[in-house]
Amino acid sequence: MAETARKPRLGVWKFASCDGCQLSLLDCEDELLAVAGAVDIAYFPEATRGDVKGRYDLALVEGSITTPHDAERIRDVRRWARTLVTIGACATAGGIQALRNFADVAEYAAVVYARPDYIDTLATSTPIAEHVPVDFELRGCPISKHQLVEVIAAFLAGRRPVTPAHSVCVECKLRGNVCVTVAHGTPCLGPVTHAGCNALCPSYDRGCYGCYGPKETPNPAALGDKLQEQGMDADALRRVYRTFNAAAPAFREESERHGP
Amino acid sequence: MANSEPVVLDVDGLSALFEALKRRGYRVVGPTVRDKAIVYDDLDSPADLPEGWTDEQDGGHYRLLRRDDRALFGYVVGPQSWRQFLHAPRVELWHGTKSGDGVRIEADPMPSEPLAFVGVRACELQAIAVQDRVLMGGAYVDPHYRARREGAFLVAVNCGRAGGTCFCVSMETGPKATAGFDLSLTELLDGDGHRFLVETGTDTGQAVLAELPHRPAAAAEIAAAAAVVERAAASMGREMRSDDVRDLLMRNLEHRRWDDVADRCLSCGNCTMVCPTCFCTTVEETSGLTGAESARSRRWDSCFTMDFSYIHGGSVRSSTRSRYRQWMTHKLATWHDQFDMSGCVGCGRCITWCPVGIDITEEVRAIRGDGPN
Ligand code: SF4
Ligand code: SF4
Ligand code: SF4
Repeated sequence: MAETARKPRLGVWKFASCDGCQLSLLDCEDELLAVAGAVDIAYFPEATRGDVKGRYDLALVEGSITTPHDAERIRDVRRWARTLVTIGACATAGGIQALRNFADVAEYAAVVYARPDYIDTLATSTPIAEHVPVDFELRGCPISKHQLVEVIAAFLAGRRPVTPAHSVCVECKLRGNVCVTVAHGTPCLGPVTHAGCNALCPSYDRGCYGCYGPKETPNPAALGDKLQEQGMDADALRRVYRTFNAAAPAFREESERHGP
Repeated sequence: MANSEPVVLDVDGLSALFEALKRRGYRVVGPTVRDKAIVYDDLDSPADLPEGWTDEQDGGHYRLLRRDDRALFGYVVGPQSWRQFLHAPRVELWHGTKSGDGVRIEADPMPSEPLAFVGVRACELQAIAVQDRVLMGGAYVDPHYRARREGAFLVAVNCGRAGGTCFCVSMETGPKATAGFDLSLTELLDGDGHRFLVETGTDTGQAVLAELPHRPAAAAEIAAAAAVVERAAASMGREMRSDDVRDLLMRNLEHRRWDDVADRCLSCGNCTMVCPTCFCTTVEETSGLTGAESARSRRWDSCFTMDFSYIHGGSVRSSTRSRYRQWMTHKLATWHDQFDMSGCVGCGRCITWCPVGIDITEEVRAIRGDGPN
């Protein structure tokens, strides 16, 4: 080594989420040592003890904003992060907890908690990018560990990550899968869903559930008509677009076309 | 030598063909049933063929059905094409390793295993001829395609019935295989038994045939084989007037039908992925976490993606309208300017495998003014 360059500092932050995405990083068994060798993991509550203050070269942010406190905290993270990457459906689209956006939160809280007045929560669950500028969004529920390693490697090399925004259909065709919707009549969100999972569900003869959220230039209404033809009623249509990425605008609009 | 007198092989003769091909070192690939569809995959013997199966096809619809006989080739083309093998979905190009102050670049090895395709339909022979011209016909030859294509042995099968989305008659590419094969088979299944009329297209085909038990074809068998193909020609599921389609589309680049199709199109790219003549690829560069390794690979791309037309500052074709128009005018119009032939062979895959059943023949009719809208 000619110079002992400082390793980039990595921090992982959690907002409203299930931890599944940050666990993807711990799940990178084969790559974990390489990641630990390439970056200084300075803040990662799931994996390390003790917080390190100061600047972060790469901040990975999991989770959505659901409380006034978190709306403040994310500004802090942004302030200390050179590059901020959001990971997962919660951070990029509001997550499954964004179902509250379609309902009355005060009513929920009253039903669930004995003392709803202790609950300090926002009426909506929103993606990080609605609060602070985000440098890159990695999709998925949970994210793919291969894509996470790719994003970190791309960050280290100063290049654009290879995480194409085309449909899941392209991944099916590259794998040689037989289309479950055309050949089996199985309803599938693949044609409107962002690639990244390597067509996991269709590879096991299931329709895509849309956990990577809308692809680039999606047309959920046209697919909605097809799903209806395949036997989905208004209830089913509203629900199929209202799961992990319920608040992603393209999916939200189509779900609302089929009911409140 | 091509075009010698046709001969007849029985089902044992077909098994002998598989054995002869394997003896010569070919990897034998052909139709077989997987996931409720007929796909192309490695075959060991005729027992792996979809015996007694047929398919029902329409826009956005494919189902396997049982036939009431034991035909081995009683279906048409499925979700895949031979492009899967000749112009593979993913190809590793090179990988680089840091060594000292420099970088060592090593090309990934070219495939060397010779391929034998059994069951190539007439439209597919034309699709291969199209890709031959695109990828090997000009000044810039694709070495990966050439490595797989040269030395490939093609056993054609003449279609006995057309599928619901077939229109090879309109595109003048079938249903009879006329060129580009080593051997061609017409399946005969009548009171006189299950057998194949065989025609030879090349000297290699002739040499392979010489190793198989066969006998000269009777006049009645030659007539029966002709009738098989006529039956297919008379049962096309789709048709499209193709003689003037280039000019028709180029005259109508602002037709309101493009807006109409853009409302229905998902821009999912399936049509380009299943089309046997589409050739577009993109390259992907990756680097490892330590920065000591990098690699370049290429994979199929589609003009339906935003990255496809991305240049500095954005995508040139950002609307679905412009992307559908690119696809259809390339297949039917600008391909003529670029390669002096049609980019569509009338196989019908883009119709069947479009999730919402968008039909290229119907879109042409609509633009011509003799269809809906
Ligand atoms: S454009 Fe459609 S019908 Fe024509 S060759 Fe391609 S897939 Fe087949
Ligand atoms: S139709 Fe599109 S994907 Fe197919 S060859 Fe033309 S530009 Fe390429
Ligand atoms: S025409 Fe059909 S298969 Fe092609 S991109 Fe549009 S919806 Fe997808």
